[in-house]
This record gives sequence, C-alpha cells and structure tokens, in this order.
Amino acid sequence: MDWIKEASTSAQKSDAVFFYVFALSVVFLVFITALMIYFVIRYSRKRHPKAEQIHGHTGLEILWTAVPLVLFLTIFYYGWTNYEYMRKAPADAMEVKVNARQWAWSFEYPNGKQTKVLFAPVNRPMKLEVRSLDVIHGFFVPAFRIKVDAVPSHTNTTWFQATRLGTYDIECTVICGVDHSLMLSKVVIVPEDAFKAWYFGGPDAPEPKPVPDAPRPAAPVPPPAVALMDAKGCLACHSVDGKPMVGPTFKGLFGRREEVVEAGQRRTITVDEPRLREAIRTPMKSVVRGYPPAMPAVALAPAELDEIVAYLKTLHAPAAEHP
Amino acid sequence: MSAQDTPLPPSYLVDTGSRKGLLAWLTSTDHKRIGLLYLASMLTFFFVAVGIGLVMRLVQLTAFSHLITAETYNALFTVHGVIMVFLFVVPGLPAVFGNFFLPILIGAKDVAFPRLNLASWYFYMAGATVVITALFTGHGAPDTGWTFYVPFSLHTGTNVSLAVFGAFLLGFSSMLTGINFITTIHRLRAPGMHWFRMPLFCWATYSTAWIQLLATPILAITLVLVILERVFGIGIFDPTKGGDPLLYEHLFWIYSHPAVYIMILPAMGAITEILPTFAQRPIFGYKAIAFSSMAIAGVGSLVWAHHMFTSGLSQFAVMTFSLLTMIVAVPSAIKVFNWVSTLYKGSIDFQPPLLFALTFIFLFCIGGLTGVMLGALAVNVHVHDTYFVVGHFHYVMFGGTGMAFFAALLYWFPKMFGKMYSKKAIYASWFPIFIGFNMLYFTMLVLGVMGMPRRYFHHLPRFDTGHDIATVGSWILVLGLVMFFGALVHALFKGEKAEDNPWGGVTLEWTIPSPPPQENFQEIPTITTEAYHFPQEEIG
Repeated sequence: MDWIKEASTSAQKSDAVFFYVFALSVVFLVFITALMIYFVIRYSRKRHPKAEQIHGHTGLEILWTAVPLVLFLTIFYYGWTNYEYMRKAPADAMEVKVNARQWAWSFEYPNGKQTKVLFAPVNRPMKLEVRSLDVIHGFFVPAFRIKVDAVPSHTNTTWFQATRLGTYDIECTVICGVDHSLMLSKVVIVPEDAFKAWYFGGPDAPEPKPVPDAPRPAAPVPPPAVALMDAKGCLACHSVDGKPMVGPTFKGLFGRREEVVEAGQRRTITVDEPRLREAIRTPMKSVVRGYPPAMPAVALAPAELDEIVAYLKTLHAPAAEHP
Repeated sequence: MSAQDTPLPPSYLVDTGSRKGLLAWLTSTDHKRIGLLYLASMLTFFFVAVGIGLVMRLVQLTAFSHLITAETYNALFTVHGVIMVFLFVVPGLPAVFGNFFLPILIGAKDVAFPRLNLASWYFYMAGATVVITALFTGHGAPDTGWTFYVPFSLHTGTNVSLAVFGAFLLGFSSMLTGINFITTIHRLRAPGMHWFRMPLFCWATYSTAWIQLLATPILAITLVLVILERVFGIGIFDPTKGGDPLLYEHLFWIYSHPAVYIMILPAMGAITEILPTFAQRPIFGYKAIAFSSMAIAGVGSLVWAHHMFTSGLSQFAVMTFSLLTMIVAVPSAIKVFNWVSTLYKGSIDFQPPLLFALTFIFLFCIGGLTGVMLGALAVNVHVHDTYFVVGHFHYVMFGGTGMAFFAALLYWFPKMFGKMYSKKAIYASWFPIFIGFNMLYFTMLVLGVMGMPRRYFHHLPRFDTGHDIATVGSWILVLGLVMFFGALVHALFKGEKAEDNPWGGVTLEWTIPSPPPQENFQEIPTITTEAYHFPQEEIG
C-alpha cells in the first residue's frame, strides 16, 4: 500500500480496522444498490402494473435491526481495542515534548536537545507529550496513523514505533490561522546507531541523516540571534532574506518607513529601535498596513530582546547605510 | 371565508388582500408563502456558497494557487461552511417543505402560530444579513472555520464577533420554527388524523422540531459566551485566564452534532413520502420508520464528543461516545432497509423525483458508512480532521440532505407552483450531478485516507493528482446544478400547467388543487385511513 505508506505499528492496527469496516461497507453498499436497481427494473409499471399492498414484516424488521447492531458492535469493539494499543505507550518509550505554536513545531528531548524536525530510531517506541503555546493545533503523522490535538493548558500524549526507515510528513490538522497549511515538519526515522550517535554525541553532534536521501550540503552556521528567532517562532512568519511571508520581512526593516494602522487610524512611522521593541512586545498595538493582525506576543527575556533588536539593526536597508 | 360559496377559491399565489406584489409577500402569514420566501432566500445563499466552493476548488489546482491569499482562503472556507450549514442545510427542508406541506399533510389551514412563522423568517434574514455584513466589515472575514474553535476565535483579529452574532440570530429562527411545528402537530391535526396516520414526513419534522427546540439554545448560549469573551475577556474559554478550550468544543458539539440530525431527518422524511407514491404501495414498516426518527433524535443527542476523539478526552468518554455512535447508526440502517423494501412488488413509475430519491439512498449510504468508519476509534485517529471528514459530511449533507431537497423539490414543484418541468431536462441534469458529485467527494475520501488535512490552502505535492480530479469534478457538478435549476426556472415561466395529482399520490396535498388555494382546504377533511392507503379499484 504505497499510496498510504504504513510505517508504524499503530498504522497496522488502524489499517486493520479500516479494512474490516471497508469490506463490510462495500458488501452493504453493493447489496443495497443492486437490490434497488433490481426492484426498479423487475417491478417497473410495465412489467408489474398492479402493486401489492404490503405493509411490513415484523420478522424482517427484527432481523435488520439485530444484524446491523451486532456488526456495528463488532466494529466498535475492534476499533476500541486497537485504539487502546494506539493510545497507551509502552513503559520503556523515550518521552519527547512536542511544542506547537503558530505556525511551527519544535521537539525537546529528555537530555535537553531541541530540534525542528523529529528524529527517532526505527523499531523503538517514542512517546510524545504534545502541548500548545497559543491556540489549538493538531499533531498528525499520516504514515504512522497518529493524531492528537495540541490544546493550550492541556498535555495530550500519543506514541509510535516506526517500522520503516525514511522521512515522513508532520501536518497540523486544526485550523490555527493564516499559515495553518504551512505548519509542517518531518519525522526522520534513522537506524538506532545513528540516532544514538546524535543523541549522546553532545551539543555539537551532527543531526542524523535521513536514510534514503543523499547527504545534505553543510548549511552555513546562522548567527545566534537567528537561531533564537527560529526557536521563538519568529521566522515562521518573517524572513531575514526579503522573502515575502505572512509578516513583513526583517531585511531592510530598520530605518524603513512603514504605514501602520493603530486603533483604526493610519499613520506613517520610521522603524527605529523603540518601534522595534514596541512591535515585539505589544504586536497588536499597531500593525503594518497590508498584513494580518495575527502576531502573538512572544515571551522574551530582556537579554533575548536586546540580542534580537541588535541583530535586526544589522539588517537595515542598504540605502540607509550608503546614502 | 367566502370560499365556501365560490366553486374555486383563488390560489395562494394570487394577492387578495389590500397589499400587492412584493409587500404582500413580505407581510404574508400564509405558511405556503413563507415556505417560498425561505426557498428563494435559501437558494440564493446556496448558490453563493456553491460559488465560493468552486473558487476553493480552483485554487487547489496548483497552477491557480496564486489567485488568492491564504487569508482569503481561510475566510472562504469559513464563509462557505457558515452559509451552507446555518443558511441552507439546517433550515433546509423544514423551513421550505415543512412550512409548505406540514399543515397540508395533517389537514390544517396553517401552522399554529402564523405570525411567529413570519417572524422566524425575519430572524433568518436578519441573521443572514448580519453574517454577510461580517464578511465585508471590520478587520476581514472570519477565518476560523465554521466551528469557531477557541482560543483561536478569541485571538484572531477578524470579524468573528459579528458573524457569531448572526449565527445566534439564526438560532432563534430555528427555535421558533421548532415550537411552531411541535404545536401544529399536537394541536392542528384534522379529525381522524391519529399520530400513526400522519405521513412520515410529519414524524420526521416532529422529531427535528424537538432537536431544534432543545439543542439550539445551547448553541445560542455558547455563541454569546464567545462574544462576551472577545469583548470583555471573561475567561470562560481562554486558557490564559483559567478557561478551558475543550469546554467550548463540548458546548459547540452538544448543539452541532444534533444539528446534523436536524439536517438529515426531514430529508429522510421527504424520501419516505416519495417512495410510496412512485411504487403505488404503502411504505414498508411505517412504525419502524416513525420510531427510528425519534430514536435518531434521542440517541443522536448523546454522541457529540465523537467529534473530539483526538482532543484528549478520557479513555472512558472515548469508549462511551464511540459505542453510542455505533448505536445511532442502527436506526438509519433500519430506514434504508425499509425504503428499499418499499420498492418490492410495487408498481414503479420511474419519474424524476424517484431518480433523485434513489440517488439519495445511494449517496446517503456512502455518507453513513464513512460515518461508521469515523466512529471506529482506531480509524478515527487517522482520518479525523482530514479530507475524509470533508468527503464524509458532503456525502451526508449534500448527497443526503441536498439530494433529498432536490427530490422533494421535484416531487412537490407541480403542487407548489402549478407548473410541470421538463422531465427530460431533469434526467439530463442528473448525469453531471451524479458523476461530478462522486468525482469531487469520493476523491476527497481517498485524499483523506492518504493524509490530506482539511482547511489547507497549500497542499503537499503528493496530493496534486487527487486535487486535480476533485476540481474537475466540481465543474461537472456545478454544470449539473445549473441544468437542474435552469429547468425549474424555465418551468416556472414557461412550464405546462400541472395536474392536481400528477404522480398518483394519496396523501392530502394531492387532494387539493395545484397550486393550493389560500386556506388549503375548503372543508377540513376527516381522515379514515392510514397515510399511504392506495385504493385498489383505481389502479390497473
């Protein structure tokens, strides 16, 4: 079944129920449809001019109440027992925290490692504790048939044990704002050795490589402020290279003249340091015209704010530097 | 009143009062005119929402994805859902055919509260106006989906409060209609019209009316809480203020799941009227169908949390709601078996209403069976919030309620307007409707199983083929809809005059002229037989 990749033990459990219900459904649908067509032809007015006045049949009513009831109950039971398997992680599963925010996923391992992509060893259970920092999101890995909502103020859990090496999509399934459909990530399933080498290799260990993919070229190391903004989710909506995204790009922002909407009034401002700080701390107070009022207030330590503002100043418009 | 003396009282379409033209319609308390007011307004909204659906499908063709922004797309699916659910499918059959035919079917001159009935329509229009105003004012159209899930709906800068207020007003329309129908059925049945002599459409409308009356206030309260939370920050739902977002989901679905039965029960009722007429024999299992309507209304009110299996419900809640979901499928299955058995040894006249009624049964079965899949927990986890759900409820809501609406329209059109449509044109429109429908929505089921989440502006490249097929399907479907309604509009102006009883029906509406006179019956009939009594000497 390659069009619906089945890459975890939970997927096997889910699909078994799916095909059971599917088979019953096909039988039922074909039976009902065939019967309808047969009756319409067999008892057409031409062939059967006089209708028989039948009012019903108690035996049949009981039969077609009881048989569907029993079948539905088997479906319930099969669905329930396999769901129990999908719900409860084995005790030896590694626990990884999944943090959802508009519009990015991040993963935090027990030893403190943080990633944007979920790395997991093949054939080992991994338990996920899913949380949200803002609105409701849905954590969904189609190839594993696992899904759980990330609900603010709740912690929901799910787990998986991958059966195949490879890279699989993570998708958000609960509408969470403008870039809901870009709230994607990947699960990378690697051999256990490769996972351990990364996990126990200290902070500088290279991330394990997805198996079928060719080795990736080494990415240039980003400045610490960029890593910070990535971790805080800023870069989900703002680019540093001028690429248009949900929010205005940071490139050339400092010193730029912008038209903002504040309390329904439009005014033009020049982006300076106080404006940057205000826009990060109280994003909804005044919003750049033409962009959605969608930015959440992000909790930043004073030192972090200073670092980001200092970095944004280095991205000022070339025209301002070389008049 | 003077009708007793003259041989033919004027039809309800003729203005006899002091007011003429549009004003006479807008102030009429005649249940038939109010039914048509609903019909006209509802179909207008339906076509707006169909147009929005068409645009959404178009941008899923990757080549056209730049046509609109993600923000616009999110607004479009919200508006499509709000209009289709609150302005078309929920009021749908009860407001149009319930209003028009419920009093006639039980031998009454009007509903119990004719003025309240007109007021319901004004609530409906007020709600609709507010919802549509919400799209063009404030900081953009709501982008939360029709479910308005908190906390997103509390934080988004778009015009959620106004849209939610519109839905609140629509709720009043629904409740008042419910009260009216319940009272009408209890108090205004003609002499001899015992409960078990009522046509089954009345039973369906009756069970629906109870859900409308009991469940809608919960929605109204919930929506008010959302507005209070947005305006005053009272902290019922907002977790940063100690509220609970899951509470909102519960309250929302406590209404919105029974609302699904508000949508489908009258549709089932209409199908139950159509089948006996074209088979010329009584419905198979009258009581089974009547009781299954009430069972669906009852058990259907206890399954709401099956929309929340992935939200972190307790193990016990998940098990209970899955079990109840399986049980509520039983009465629907009973109805399907009884419908099909009604064809057995009938004398079947294959007319357009029957074609659409049988199409209903087929599409509704797919909708119901995919619903059973969704109710199975291990499957639900995978397909919840994907295109599978979107495909499933379009099979139920459009393939079910929509097709039943079309079938009912075809069945009662000659009675309502006194005109007959071109049957050939209707047969011709069936092919694109059926083919386009399945191309569009069956593909969605497949996409959902593949893992395509709903409400996505961008989709991953591996879903391209499915989206292309679905989009082409949407064009074919809309072509069919245009042909269908084109044929009906043509019939309105140029159609041949319809007979009083073109299909050989035996329920009361076929005993009065087409179109019906103002007070329906010159003399209130006395009922001596069951609903589907086909006198034998008249046939053959």
